[in-house]
Amino acid sequence: MRFIIADILAFIAEFKRIMIDGDRYMLVLDGLKNTFIITFGALAIGVVIGIVVAAIRTSFDKNKEAMKLRRGVGYYILLVLNAISKFYLTVTRGTPVVVQLMICYFIVFAAADDGVPVAIFAFGFNSGAYVAEIFRAGIMSVDNGQFEAGRSLGFNYFQTMRFIVIPQMFKAVLPTLCNEFIALLKETSVAGYVGVIDLTKAGNTIGGRTFSYFIPLITVAVIYLVLVIILSFFVNRLERRLRKSER
Amino acid sequence: MSDKALIKVTDLKKHYNGGEVKALDGVNCEIEKGEVVVVIGPSGSGKSTFLRSLNLLEIPTKGTIIFNGTDITAPKTNINKHRQKMGMVFQHFNLFPNMTVLKNMTCAPVSILGKSKEEAEKRALELLDRVGLKDRADAYPSQLSGGQKQRVAIVRALCMEPEVMLFDEPTSALDPEMVGEVLDVMKELASEGMTMVVVTHEMGFAKEVASRVIFMDEGIIQEDGTPDEIFGNPKCERLKSFLGKILV
Repeated sequence: MRFIIADILAFIAEFKRIMIDGDRYMLVLDGLKNTFIITFGALAIGVVIGIVVAAIRTSFDKNKEAMKLRRGVGYYILLVLNAISKFYLTVTRGTPVVVQLMICYFIVFAAADDGVPVAIFAFGFNSGAYVAEIFRAGIMSVDNGQFEAGRSLGFNYFQTMRFIVIPQMFKAVLPTLCNEFIALLKETSVAGYVGVIDLTKAGNTIGGRTFSYFIPLITVAVIYLVLVIILSFFVNRLERRLRKSER
Repeated sequence: MSDKALIKVTDLKKHYNGGEVKALDGVNCEIEKGEVVVVIGPSGSGKSTFLRSLNLLEIPTKGTIIFNGTDITAPKTNINKHRQKMGMVFQHFNLFPNMTVLKNMTCAPVSILGKSKEEAEKRALELLDRVGLKDRADAYPSQLSGGQKQRVAIVRALCMEPEVMLFDEPTSALDPEMVGEVLDVMKELASEGMTMVVVTHEMGFAKEVASRVIFMDEGIIQEDGTPDEIFGNPKCERLKSFLGKILV
């Protein structure tokens, strides 16, 4: 018993030496702040891109037959937009996010000195592809009869989407969307590649300065884990509540 | 070729796979105001496709549909305007599961016709009362039986004050004991003079309510006549063998 207490005391002293002395924990807090900023910013961009791309893809799939027969300009516009969307999805999902991040920072936005906005853009651009497919799956999961019922009442395509399909889709995708959010949070840990001090980079930096990696990296891991557990808890509750309102 | 025709269909064709499958292969037909037209035929005969073409849920490959004097198959036609005048009832009800019965009925009149919420709800409750479901106005579709769902679907379409009602096998997905309550609503509707086009397997309904029966097979209308003619004195061989199989 005495040994265990001694061990714990020794650990606390070590923790204090590495994390508290020299205010090194501030680095972790700053890193956490950047991780949050990048995650939320990227999610916002990703959702916007996702909505646009999913809208293009589903409306093309649903309307191509009708529009082809009517031979409007709209058909060709949609055809081009759909091709661009498909290209975007293929490239974004087919390359590693770290590579995309570095391309953004070192090539596309080579003039930028702050990596945070670049990281927000890069992760948002990447996440948009996944969110688009989540939304598209959600829209497709709504029974086509719902769509037909809306159209038969006289709603036009966009009204049918807005009043009937989207509300039902949203319910279906909310849990999956939250999971994408959790995945994004962990993905941002590679932001250090472009000089951003995020949570992971902070742990790594403290390890380098103190020549002791164990405590800073475990601390960082625990922080990620706690965040994910908290988020998952809310996702689960949400899922259960949505299922209940189904009756 | 009377002027009374509410719907006039000329040479309607619907082909799939570039003509390999011919769901409709040249349908010609006129439907007058106040008529109750029942469409019968074996499965795969094109009767549902025909009905769904009338409000362009299926886009015809060829042919014209004149509704109220307007060619709705013309590319410039605003089909949404015409669909408002054509109520449709589906085999699988297609009620909106995330809305109450009342909301199901009022969402289209409020957002499309610009009716006030009170006005739309008043009308919806009147209609619900007529089909005996006024007390279920605040229920969700999943809390209703199949027959109740279909009755709600019928009055939902009526809320848009349509000029014609299209029924796509409205009783085929129902338990046998619920078929009657839906058919009763449809009979009442017919007796009030509503123009109806009904695809159904309910021959009893066809005999009793229809003013005209259309027999379809292989994508075309094989025989068209009064219920007495169709059921009492069928002319074409296909109709005879079809009736022989279903009227035991």
